Amino acid sequence: MDPIATLETGFGYWNPLAWLIAFVVAGIIAWVIWSAGEKGYRKGTEQVKPFLSGNAEPAKGDVHLRAGNLYWGFTEALSGYYERIVPLHSGILNDYLLWYLGVTALLLVAVIGMGI
Amino acid sequence: MFYNLPFIAVAVIAALGIVTMLLRQNLIKMIMGLSLIESAVNLFLVALGYREGGIAPIFTNAPAGEMVMPTVQAMTLTNIVIGIATTAMLLSFVMVIYRKYGTANAQYMRKLRG
Amino acid sequence: MIPDIIMHNLPAFLIAVPMFAAFATPLIGRLGNERVRDAWVLLAMALTAAVAVLLAAQVYSAGTLVYTFGGASPGIPVPADSGGIPVRIIFTIDAMSAFMALIAGIVGFSVTAYSMASQSRSSGRESYYMLLLLLTVGVLGMVCTGDLFNFFVFLEISSLAGAALVASRVDRGVAVEAGLKYAVLSTLGGLLVLFAVALLYGQYGSLNMALIAHQMQFTVLDMVALVLLVTALAMKCGAVPMHFWTPDAYSMAPAPVTAFLVVASQASLYGLFRVVFTLYNVTLNYSLVGWFIIIIGVLSMVVGVTMALPQKDVMRLMAYHAVSQTGYMLLGVGVGLAVLGDETLMSTFGLTAMEGGIFHIINHAMYKGLLFLTAGAVFYRTGTRNLNQMGGLGHNMKWTMVFFIIGALAIAGIPPFNGFASKLMIYESVFLFNPFLSIIAMVVSILTLASFVKVFHSVFMGPQLPEYQDVKEVPAYMLIGMGILALVVIVFGLFPQVVVDGLVAPAASALVDQSSYIASVLGGI
Repeated sequence: MDPIATLETGFGYWNPLAWLIAFVVAGIIAWVIWSAGEKGYRKGTEQVKPFLSGNAEPAKGDVHLRAGNLYWGFTEALSGYYERIVPLHSGILNDYLLWYLGVTALLLVAVIGMGI
Repeated sequence: MFYNLPFIAVAVIAALGIVTMLLRQNLIKMIMGLSLIESAVNLFLVALGYREGGIAPIFTNAPAGEMVMPTVQAMTLTNIVIGIATTAMLLSFVMVIYRKYGTANAQYMRKLRG
Repeated sequence: MIPDIIMHNLPAFLIAVPMFAAFATPLIGRLGNERVRDAWVLLAMALTAAVAVLLAAQVYSAGTLVYTFGGASPGIPVPADSGGIPVRIIFTIDAMSAFMALIAGIVGFSVTAYSMASQSRSSGRESYYMLLLLLTVGVLGMVCTGDLFNFFVFLEISSLAGAALVASRVDRGVAVEAGLKYAVLSTLGGLLVLFAVALLYGQYGSLNMALIAHQMQFTVLDMVALVLLVTALAMKCGAVPMHFWTPDAYSMAPAPVTAFLVVASQASLYGLFRVVFTLYNVTLNYSLVGWFIIIIGVLSMVVGVTMALPQKDVMRLMAYHAVSQTGYMLLGVGVGLAVLGDETLMSTFGLTAMEGGIFHIINHAMYKGLLFLTAGAVFYRTGTRNLNQMGGLGHNMKWTMVFFIIGALAIAGIPPFNGFASKLMIYESVFLFNPFLSIIAMVVSILTLASFVKVFHSVFMGPQLPEYQDVKEVPAYMLIGMGILALVVIVFGLFPQVVVDGLVAPAASALVDQSSYIASVLGGI
C-alpha cells in the first residue's frame, strides 16, 4: 500500500503531500522575510512595552477582548433564530423526555404509515 | 381476550409510567414513573415466555411434557437487577439535589440550560 | 510470542480484563498506596487497549470473528443439537466492531493516563477509576456483541457508569443535576430498547442478531421495534432534537470522562448503524429511515454549531460541537442508507459517503477527545471554565495551546489534519446525492472554525493577565494523554488513504454486507 496515496472522495481527490509542500515553501518564505528583519530587538527591555502614542499602558485585563464580546454581531443578526432556539434548551427534565418520546411517536407514525 | 390480558396490562402500566414521567414535576414521582415503565417491560418479557401446558425447565425428576424456554425469565431477572441499581442511583442523585438545591422539583432543577 | 490461549480467547479477554481490573481497583486502593493503584489502573487500561489492537489485527486479517461464550468450542456458534438456533451469548466481531474497539482502546488509554494527573486532587479516586474501567467494559461490550439482550446489558452498564462519572464531581449539585438528566433519559432509552428486543424475541424466538436478520419479515411489530431502537440509540448519541442531555452531561463531567463519553455516544451510534444495516438492511423502508437519519443529522449539525457559538462555558461550547459533529456521521451514513437498495447509486457515492461518515467517527473521537482534554487542562490550572474570565494562557501553557490548535483545526476541517479528509469525503459524496445538504455541511464547518477562533482567542491569546501570572504547564501525564491523541490526529491527516483503505473501507463494507454477517454466525445458509 502506498502511504502517500491520493484520497479518492468519489468526486474529487485529496493529497496531503501537496499541501505539506506548499506549507514548507510558505514557511521558508516566511523565514526569509523574518531573517531580513530588525536585529536590534532585545527581550526584557523597554522595547517589549506597547507604544500607545505616548499614553500610559492600561491594565492588562482591560486590553484583552473577552469572549462575551465576540460574535455579538452574529448572534444579534440572527436574534430571531436564537430567541426561538435557546428557550428550547430549557433545562427541564420533563421537556427533555417529551422531545424524546415525541420524536419516537412521530417516527412510529411515519414508518408504520409508510409500511402498511 | 384472556390471552391478551397481560399485554393489555403492559400497555396500561407503560402508559401510566410515561404520563407520570411527562406530567409530574416531582423528581421522586418521575422516577416512580420510570419504575412503572420498567415493570411494564418486565411483565411483557414474562408474558412472552408463557406457553400453555409448558413446565419449568428443571431437568431433575421432570415430568413428561414440553418445557418452556427460560430465556425471557433470565432476561427479566437481569433487568430487575439493573433496575434496582438504576433506581438506587437515581434516588441518591435526587437526595443530593434536594440537599444542594433545596427542592426536588424538575421545574427548578434547571441550572444547566441554554 | 503471545500464548495461544490468549490469542484464541481475545474477545473474552477484551471484556474480562477491564472488568476484573475495575472490581479489583477498590481493593487495591484499600492497600493505601496511591502509586500502586495508579499503576494498576494504567496497566489494566494498557492491557485492554493492547487486546483491542490484537483483536482488530486478527479481525482485519482473518475476517469476522465469532466467539461463543460457554461453548465447548468458542468458534462453533450453533450447537449440533439445537436445531440451527444459536442459543448461547455470541460475540460477533466484524471489521466495524473491531474499528470501534480500536477507538475505545486508544481513547481509553490516553484518558486514563490523563486522569492520573488531572484527578490527583479529588477524593474518591478508587470509585472514579472503577467506573471509568466499567464504562470501558460497557463500550467494548456494546460494539462487540452479536446478541441483542447482551447489547442492552452493556448499554445499561455504560449508561450507569457514565451517569455516575458525570455526577462524580458534585460541584454544588450542578454536576448531579447533569448526571440525573443523563441517567433518567438513558434509562428510559434503555427500557425502550429492551422492549424492542422483547418484540423481536417474541416473533423470532432468538436474541441473536444474525438469526433475527436472517428471518426478518418487517411486520408491524418489527417496525415498532425498529423505531424504538433507532430513536433510543439516536437519543443516546445526542442527535437533535433529543440532544438536550448532551451539553449538560458533557460540560459537567470531569474532562477525561467527557472525552470518553464521546466514545460511549459513538458506541450508541454504532448500535444505530448495526440495527439499520445488519438487523434490518433492505427489508426496512430504507429511503424513509435514511432520510430520517439525514434530517436529524443536518439538524444536529446546524443546531449544534449555532448553539455553540454564543456559549460562555468552554466545556459546554465543545459539547455542542460534539452534537454538531455527530451530525456529520449521521449525514454520511444516512446517505448510504437512503440509497441502500440501489446498486449503482451505492457504488457511485453511497459507499463513499458511508466511508466518510465512519472515518469521521474515529477522527471525531480523537480530536474531540483532545479538545476536551485541553479544556480540562486549562480548567486544571485556572479553576474556571468561564471563557470570559480567561485570557493570555498561551504565554504559560504552550504545549496545551499547541494541542488545542491541532484539535481546533482538525474539527474545523482545515487541512492537513484528519477532520478535513473525512469531511471532504462527506461533502463530495453527499454533493452527488443532494447538493443542498453538502452546502449546509460546509457552512457548518465554517461556523465551527469561527467558534474555535473565539475559544482560541479568549483562552490563549491576549496579554498575560495578572491573575494567571504564575500558571504553569500541566503535569506530564496530562501532556502524554493529549499527545497520544494529537499524534493520531496528525498521522491520520497525513495518510488518509492508508487509514481509509486499511480500517474504514472494510468497516463500511462489513456494515453494508448483511449476508456475510449472517453467514459468519449461521454458516452458509
